[in-house]
Amino acid sequence: MGHRPVTSKGCGHASPAEINANFADLHEPFSGLQAKAEASRCLYCYDAPCIQACPTSIDIPGFIHEITTGNNSGAAKTILSQNIMGGTCARACPTEVLCEQACVLNASDEQPVEIGLLQRHAVDHLMAKNEAHPFKRAESSGKTIAVVGAGPSGLSCAHRAAMLGHDVVVYEAKPKSGGLNEYGLAAYKMVDDFARREVDFLLGIGGIEIRHEQRLGDTLTLDTLKADHDAVFLGIGLGQTNGLRIEGEDMGGVLDAVDFIEALRQSNDKSKLCVGEDVIVIGAGNTAIDAAVQSKRLGADNVTLVYRRGEAQMSATEFEVDLARTNGVNIRLWSAPVEITGRGAVEAMKFEKMTLDGDKLVGTGKHYELPADMVLKAIGQKMDTGPVNGFTIDGNKLTIGDNFETSVAGVFAGGDCIKSGEDLTVQAVEDGKQAAHAIDTYLGGEG
Amino acid sequence: MADLKCTIAGIETINPFWLASAPPTDKYINVVRAFEAGWGGVVWKTLAVDPPVINTSSRYGAHKDGNQGILGINNIELISDRPLETNLEEIRRVRKEWPDRVIIGSMMAVIEEDVWKDLAKKIAASGVHGMELNFGCPHGMCERGMGSAIGQVPEMVEQVTRWVKEAIDIPVFVKLTPNITNILWSAEAAQRGGADAVSLINTINSIITVDLDKMAPTPTVDGKGTHGGYCGSAVKPIALNMVAEISRNPETKDLPISAIGGIETWRDAAEFLALGADALQVCTAAMLYGHRIVDDMKTGLSDWMDAQGYTSIDAFKGMAVPNVVDWNELNMNFDTKAFIDPESCIECGRCHIACEDTAHQAIVFDVAEDGKRSFTVDNDECVGCNLCQIVCPVPDCIEMRDVPTDKPYMTWPEHPLNPIKAAT
Ligand SMILES: Cc1cc2nc3c(=O)[nH]c(=O)nc-3n(C[C@H](O)[C@H](O)[C@H](O)COP(=O)(O)OP(=O)(O)OC[C@H]3O[C@@H](n4cnc5c(N)ncnc54)[C@H](O)[C@@H]3O)c2cc1C
Ligand SMILES: Cc1cc2nc3c(=O)[nH]c(=O)nc-3n(C[C@H](O)[C@H](O)[C@H](O)COP(=O)(O)O)c2cc1C
Ligand code: SF4
Repeated sequence: MGHRPVTSKGCGHASPAEINANFADLHEPFSGLQAKAEASRCLYCYDAPCIQACPTSIDIPGFIHEITTGNNSGAAKTILSQNIMGGTCARACPTEVLCEQACVLNASDEQPVEIGLLQRHAVDHLMAKNEAHPFKRAESSGKTIAVVGAGPSGLSCAHRAAMLGHDVVVYEAKPKSGGLNEYGLAAYKMVDDFARREVDFLLGIGGIEIRHEQRLGDTLTLDTLKADHDAVFLGIGLGQTNGLRIEGEDMGGVLDAVDFIEALRQSNDKSKLCVGEDVIVIGAGNTAIDAAVQSKRLGADNVTLVYRRGEAQMSATEFEVDLARTNGVNIRLWSAPVEITGRGAVEAMKFEKMTLDGDKLVGTGKHYELPADMVLKAIGQKMDTGPVNGFTIDGNKLTIGDNFETSVAGVFAGGDCIKSGEDLTVQAVEDGKQAAHAIDTYLGGEG
Repeated sequence: MADLKCTIAGIETINPFWLASAPPTDKYINVVRAFEAGWGGVVWKTLAVDPPVINTSSRYGAHKDGNQGILGINNIELISDRPLETNLEEIRRVRKEWPDRVIIGSMMAVIEEDVWKDLAKKIAASGVHGMELNFGCPHGMCERGMGSAIGQVPEMVEQVTRWVKEAIDIPVFVKLTPNITNILWSAEAAQRGGADAVSLINTINSIITVDLDKMAPTPTVDGKGTHGGYCGSAVKPIALNMVAEISRNPETKDLPISAIGGIETWRDAAEFLALGADALQVCTAAMLYGHRIVDDMKTGLSDWMDAQGYTSIDAFKGMAVPNVVDWNELNMNFDTKAFIDPESCIECGRCHIACEDTAHQAIVFDVAEDGKRSFTVDNDECVGCNLCQIVCPVPDCIEMRDVPTDKPYMTWPEHPLNPIKAAT
C-alpha cells in the first residue's frame, strides 16, 4: 500500500503537486518481477476456494499459473472470459472479503496471494497492447436487446449479449458511460481515466451502440424499448440516496457523499475543488470511507466520520476502516445525528450519544456538537422507482426470477437494482453476464 | 564441532570441499579468494599445451524455474585460454602462500603419449598435490580429439591413465564423463590404468533452451548455438547414481571418489559422502552465489554430524551404499500408505487432483456443509506411490506410513506371480 503525504490547507487548497500525490494509485501496480514472484506463491489449488469466493468465478489459479510462465495475455483472457471488467474489479474489489480471504495460505498464517494486483497486472498488460479485441461474436441472431444503464451490469450484459450474436443498444441517462466506475469509485482506485479506457476496450467486441442522455422514465418509455427491441435489460443501479431527516439538512454545505464524489471524479483539476476545513461524514459503509478519505486528500483540516453504532457493525471492510485511520480521518462511534445548525450554511452538527439496550439502539440523552463547514451524507442509496413503475419491487429492489427476468415479461434486470449479492462492481458484472445468457435462452438461443 | 578433515588418494585436506576445474579456479586471484573463503582445495582450470584455446563470446545458458530460480546452467567454454607458463607460475605462487590447501592440476591433450607425458611432468613440477585427467569436456575439445572423445572409449581411458602414471609420481585422478551408457566401463578402465581416484561427473551434453526469436539454441553465438555441458543442481541425481554405481561395484568399490555434480548445500554433500565419496568438488554453486557458499556447506555438515554423533567423515562415509540395491532385491511385501494430517491440511486439493487424474483415485474429496474441504486417503486404493506427499506444499502434512505385516521379505525373483519363476 502506498503511503502518501496527506496535508491539509483548508478549503480546497492543496497544491497541484500534493493533489497528484494524493490521488495517484492507491496500490502501486506490480513490476514484472514482483508479479512473477507473487504469482509463484500461488499453490495452484484444485477446485480452489478463491474461485468460489469470486462472484464471477474467475479461474484464479489458472490465470496466476499463466503469469508464472510469462503468458500474461493468456492470463488476461482467462480473467476477461469470466469478467469483462476484470480491470476495474482488480482495482476496486474488496479482495480482503472476497478471493483473498479464501486463499488457503491464510490457513498457514501466511499472507494470501495478492490476487487483485496480479489480476491488474495481466489485464493491464493486455489492454496496453492495444490489439484486436480478444473475444469473437457468434453468428448474428438478428435480435436486438435494449440495455438501460451503462454501468457495470449493463455493459457486462451488453458485451456478453454481443458475443452471443445479438445487437445491443445501451440507453444511458448520463453523458458518459461506466456508471459508478466513472462517477463513483474512489479516484485513487481508477487513475488515468481507466473507466473510460475500459469501456472503449469492452466496446471493441462490436455490435454495441451506446446512446447517452437517454433516461428511461423521461421521454424514453419502456413501451418504446419493448417495441423496438426483442428484450430489455435494466441495469439502472441505485439512483437516489437516503436522507437524514433532521433539522438543517437543506442547509448550504450539506451534500450527498455520492454527489461530492461524482464532482471530484469529473473534475479536471482537483486542486481547484472546494472542500471544507471541518468535514463531517455520516455513515459507516465504503461510500462513507471513500468520501472521508478523499476529503482529507483534497486538503480538509479535520475529517470526522460519525456512525450511530460501533465499529463491529460498520459495513466498510476492515481494510477500508484502516485506510481511513491511516489517512487521518477521526472515527466517532455511537453517535446519532440530531441537528445541523448554522446561518444559511452549516456551522456545526449536533449528535446524541447512543448505546445498546439489549439489541436495541437507544439514545443516552447526552449530546455533543462538532464544528463543521461541510457535511457529507453517506447513509445508503436506494433505487429510483420512478422508471420502474408497475414492476414488482421487494425491499426497494426489483424482484426477479431465477433467470433474471422481472415481473414484466421480456424485461430482465441485474446489478445494484436487484437483490443478488452485495452491491459491488463484481456482482453487477456477474449479474449482467448471467442475465445475457438468460436473455439468449429467452430469445431461443442456447444460453 | 565435528572435524571435517579427510583424505583422498593419500592427499590430506582440511575439509572435503574443493572447487572443481572451471572458471572459479581459472587463475591466481580466483583461487586465492576461494582459499580466503575457506575452500579446502581446488582443481585448477584444465591446462593443455600452448597455444591456448580461444573462447567464443556468449558462453553460458540457464534452465530456470518459474520464479527465476536456477535449476542448472550449461556452457560452451573450453579449457584455460591463457598460456601454460602463466598458469604454472600462478600455481607455484599459491602453493607457497597457502601451504595447507590442496591444488590439483588438470590437463588434457590429444591422444599422443609424448604430449601427455611432457605436459604431465611440467604441471607436476609446479608443485601440485595431484593430477586430474580431463576426459570429460563434452563440447569443443572433443571435436579436437580430446576430452570426452577420450573419456567415451574405455581403452583410451586406460591407455592415457597408464601413460600419466608412468610419467609422474603424484596421485592421478581420472575425471569421468557422464555422456556414456555405463559409468562402470570407464571407471574400471581408469582403475586398470592405475588411477588413484576418479572424479565424477563432468558436464552433461545438452541444449539448455531455444531462443524463440532467434530460433537458435542458447547461448547463441551470432545466430547459432551448439550443445554445451549441463551442470548445477539439476544434474545431482545423475551424479549420485553414478557415484553409487562405482561404490557398490565389487571391482571399483575401493577406488577413491571425488564426487562432483550439483552440490549446492551441506545436505547434497552429506548425500554424496553417504554414497561412498571421499571428497567433493563444486563448480556451479560457486559460480552462481560466490565462494561464500562454502560457509553453509561446512557449518551445516559439521552441525549435522554433531547431531548424528559422527566425529569424522569416515564415520558415515559409504553408509548408504549397502542400501543401494538392484530393483530385483527389493521387498515386494512392503506396503506404505499415505496419511493426510487434517490439522495441518490447508485444503489446497493438490494431492487429490494429482492422485485422481494421474495415480489411483485414492484421495476422497468432501465438502462439508460449512464449506470445509476435507481430503482423506482410501487405504484400499492407495498403492503407496508417494505422489501426494511430493505435491503437498505443507511440510509434514502428508506422511507415508508403513503398514505392519507378517509377510516375509520377498523379492521379485522369489515372487509367485513372476512368470519366469513360474516357468522354472
Ligand atoms: C461511492 C461509491 C463507491 C463504491 N466503491 C466500490 C468499490 O470500491 N468496490 C466495489 O466493488 N463497489 C463499489 N461500489 C459499488 C459499485 O459501484 C456498484 O455496486 C456498481 O457500480 C453497480 O453497478 P450497476 O451497473 O448496477 O449500477 P451503476 O454503476 O450505478 O450504473 C447504473 C447506470 O444506469 C444509469 N441509469 C440509472 N437510471 C437510469 C435510467 N432511468 N435511464 C437510463 N440510465 C439510467 C446510471 O446513470 C448509471 O450509468 C461503490 C459505490 C459507491 C456509490
Ligand atoms: C563454465 C564451465 C567450465 C568448465 N570447465 C571445465 C574444465 O576446464 N575442466 C574440467 O575438468 N571441467 C570443467 N567444467 C566442469 C566442472 O568442473 C564440473 O565437473 C561440472 O560443472 C559439474 O559440477 P557442478 O554441478 O558443481 O557445476 C566446467 C564447468 C563449467 C560450468
Ligand atoms: S500415495 Fe499415491 S496412490 Fe496413495 S494416495 Fe498418495 S497419490 Fe494416491
